[in-house]
Amino acid sequence: MNNQYVDLLIVGAGPAGLAAAISAREEGIESILILEREQEPGGILRQCIHNGFGLHRFHEELTGPEYAQRDIDRIRELNIPVECGTTVLSVSDQRVITCVSASKGFRRIQAGAVILAMGCRERPRGALCTPGTRCAGIYSAGTAQRFVNLEGFMPGKRVVILGSGDIGLIMARRMTLQGAKVLACVEIMPYSSGLNRNIVQCLEDYGIPLYLQHTVTEIHGRERLDGITIAQVDNKRIPIPGTEIHFDCDTLLLSCGLIPENELSQGAGVEISPLTSGPVVSDNLETSVPGIFSCGNVLHVHDLVDHVSNESFKAGKAAAAFICNPSHAEARFAVCDGTGVRGTVPQRISAAPQEDVQLMFRPSDVFRNAAAVVECGGQEILRKKAMIYTPGEMAVLTLKKEVFSTLSGDTITVRIEGEKNNG
Amino acid sequence: MFDTDILIVGSGITGTALARELSRYDARILVLDRGSDIAEGATKANSGIVHAGYDAVPGSLKAHYNVRGAALFSSLCESLSVPYRKCGAFVIGFDAKDLDTLYVLLQRGESNGVKGLRILSRDEALRLEPSLNPDIAGALDVPESAIVSPYELAFALADEAALNGVSFLLGQTVTAVEKTGEGWLARTGKGESVSCKVFVNCAGSSGADLHNLISDFPLHMTHRRGQYYLLDRAPVLPFSRTIFQCPSVMGKGVLVSPTVHGNLLLGPNAEDIPDPLDTATTSEGLSDVLEKARRTWPGASIRTNITNFSGIRAHLSTDDFLVGPVSGAANAFEAIGIESPGLSSAPAVGLELSEMIAASMSLKRKNAVVSLPRRPVPFHEMTDEQRNAAVESNPEYGNIVCRCECVTEAEVRQAIRRPVGAKTIDGVKRRTRAGMGRCQGGFCSPRVAQIISEETGIPLAQITKDGGDSYLLSGTLASFLKGGSVNE
Amino acid sequence: MTVSLAADGSFVSVTGNTCPRGAVYAKQECTEPLRVITAVIPVSGSNLPLSVKTSGPVPKEKIAAIMQVLGDVSVTAPVSAGDVIVPDVLGTGADIIATRSVAATHL
Repeated sequence: MNNQYVDLLIVGAGPAGLAAAISAREEGIESILILEREQEPGGILRQCIHNGFGLHRFHEELTGPEYAQRDIDRIRELNIPVECGTTVLSVSDQRVITCVSASKGFRRIQAGAVILAMGCRERPRGALCTPGTRCAGIYSAGTAQRFVNLEGFMPGKRVVILGSGDIGLIMARRMTLQGAKVLACVEIMPYSSGLNRNIVQCLEDYGIPLYLQHTVTEIHGRERLDGITIAQVDNKRIPIPGTEIHFDCDTLLLSCGLIPENELSQGAGVEISPLTSGPVVSDNLETSVPGIFSCGNVLHVHDLVDHVSNESFKAGKAAAAFICNPSHAEARFAVCDGTGVRGTVPQRISAAPQEDVQLMFRPSDVFRNAAAVVECGGQEILRKKAMIYTPGEMAVLTLKKEVFSTLSGDTITVRIEGEKNNG
Repeated sequence: MFDTDILIVGSGITGTALARELSRYDARILVLDRGSDIAEGATKANSGIVHAGYDAVPGSLKAHYNVRGAALFSSLCESLSVPYRKCGAFVIGFDAKDLDTLYVLLQRGESNGVKGLRILSRDEALRLEPSLNPDIAGALDVPESAIVSPYELAFALADEAALNGVSFLLGQTVTAVEKTGEGWLARTGKGESVSCKVFVNCAGSSGADLHNLISDFPLHMTHRRGQYYLLDRAPVLPFSRTIFQCPSVMGKGVLVSPTVHGNLLLGPNAEDIPDPLDTATTSEGLSDVLEKARRTWPGASIRTNITNFSGIRAHLSTDDFLVGPVSGAANAFEAIGIESPGLSSAPAVGLELSEMIAASMSLKRKNAVVSLPRRPVPFHEMTDEQRNAAVESNPEYGNIVCRCECVTEAEVRQAIRRPVGAKTIDGVKRRTRAGMGRCQGGFCSPRVAQIISEETGIPLAQITKDGGDSYLLSGTLASFLKGGSVNE
Repeated sequence: MTVSLAADGSFVSVTGNTCPRGAVYAKQECTEPLRVITAVIPVSGSNLPLSVKTSGPVPKEKIAAIMQVLGDVSVTAPVSAGDVIVPDVLGTGADIIATRSVAATHL
């Protein structure tokens, strides 16, 4: 059996893993290994062939593959090894990884530090308990995207999309451009969680109707899907009898939520937050297990890959610091979600952060003319006004590092003040 | 045009168990099924319980076969490398009437020869299964109750039967049967025909229809649908045993049970439906299951639900199996009305029915019988050392296809190359578990489809989910770009 | 964001945009909506399709026609990211360029 040691082992060569590796190398860590289960690096960006990536980081609008290539090129420049076709099977709390690949067989690797960057998966039909037949033609939007953009096959001809988050909207456009007919996009909430730009450029551009406050109530078709029934829902998201609409279609794409993939993290004993389904981390992105860090969609589901890269640069830097000085600073502050806020990351902050701390969270509702307020021990630390806070856009608040030594309490609360407005 | 000695219609747990037993005799055997794969009926959509045998009425065929079948199960699964675990069961009672029922079941069980039955007090039951409803009055402890993977058993039985010469004809539905000089001639809807000396009906929910084609004594069958929730695996499940409620006229009721693969199963309800092939789930049915499951498990949460499914029970008005020669039809046998405890009974039904058929045909036992080779330990269950050895001997063990269930490329290919191998996404799924995990095939189905295409030569665009018209894909980019139109 | 148009449909003003670029975008949307188009097309010599984009935004009303052009174009591997697949597509001034590299594989 092959046993190996590396200073830094990174699980995943998507945008998170690549950025973390780059920053760790720039901090001087030589011994780095990235393990990737697909045959090529790039992660989910490989199949995101639409544009809109990199506006913040590169001030350009790139497609997913182009954004990924920037980091892949830098990784090659820096000579950081990426082993593709390699699946990590387990991560232990002692930072021992087991992995397997056809070319190198089974290996056990001891790491000085580990960065978890495995990304997320999509919620399947079972999570929705949608009744009906279990026919072919029902896909998560991401699986359909893979078939179209990486395998070169169309999953169907007449499509309904359940879920108006960005992935559903993107696939509405993709299927239409590539020659299918998209009949409708169905959204259970009274608002879409997707960017308004995507509503316009993916639905309105193609005359695809958006049914808000509706859901799929039944699936029809013995062998292959032949239709679906949707109905309006009430404020408790219960279907209202008599409001049913039937669509003849052969494809149903589900875009109903992303779940960070933390099975490996759980195996390592990493504490997982039920609010984000990702690890509980400190401001340096270290998990509850010393020397194991986490970044990207596995930590919490992002909207912008630029934020993923930013977060991952931090994780790489922190992992590098840990390798040079393996100490686990106890966090002083606990970060709590107040009204209107869900899943703030990081959940803990050390007593004296070395850098400004970025708090990221999702608003739990749509708020207009609102302010995000950060408080500690009765003292308001930050107030950031915005015209809109919406669940579809992760909010970012930056706390200057100097502020932490002035705080008297141990709990930092983030909340939103403003009118809830679904209009 | 096929000609055989024994035609078995139905490749579910009963048909495959029978085929495997008959394959030990010198005779040509053909198993026919409407499905594109074997075991596509109730066998793939039931609770997976090997019942101890307390429930069946003493003297009934159900009692006879359940107890004998359950006794054969452990060694059968061991020899065929099929997952099986004796996890035990409780039947819970809530009031004095229920406790009376539990005593009736205890006595019934003892007269059927079931070992180890005893009544537990409320406190004892709660101590052993703390997630139970604290309102229970007591429970019947059934240590002999077990769980199994029913379709994996059917696949293994079929493989062993195939290794011993049994042929399988799939995707064909019998629409007409006529007596001939030599026996029978069965015709299918696709224009195929099979001539045979002996006809055996193991056709599940089509059992009565098929019976009525050959017997002068028609039967009526009720199709009783049951729906399920399947919850995600977890390091610790709320229950370690199968938990039953008191049985009623409609059946054993909604149970909460671990599965042999570590999931949690809730269901089934019972609803009589007109169409024997209507395995849709319904919102009323699923609500019914959840409400009833909550009686056992007040903390029941479907937050971790990964899929729902339903199966159809083949129920005869006699409330019993019908096994043996067909009344009023020579050279014809049947094993129908195989609802619960049909799975538990299958090894015994297969054995005894094969003996009846062999006797009637004066078949000779073969001198040598091929045993199914031991299946390799699934990669997801292997130790590190075993994994290392596996990849060294076959690099395809190094390519993980299904990350949720940790299924390798080697195993996907094996599933396709088996004697009765997979040709569809669901066929691979049921033989390997690829696609049965959290993401329900979201990540692995493109790769599985590709491997099926490589192994079988079926073009990717023609790969199906489970046969017939259940195509995964509807065409290439090129065909759509040239023919398609963009909405304005 | 709200856009005010005159009775003849011509652009008047924008309010409610959350960033200054929104005003420019809104004006463009009302006068001549432009889009960057991204798509995948088959490549002979490879199973991996080629992802492409227009090198700049093009009039929205030309989307269907551009997709027709892409349906007729014939590409052979290898292709490098950045390669021009169709120069000045339909006279829009934008090229169709490859956004990933596709190697020739033995099929």
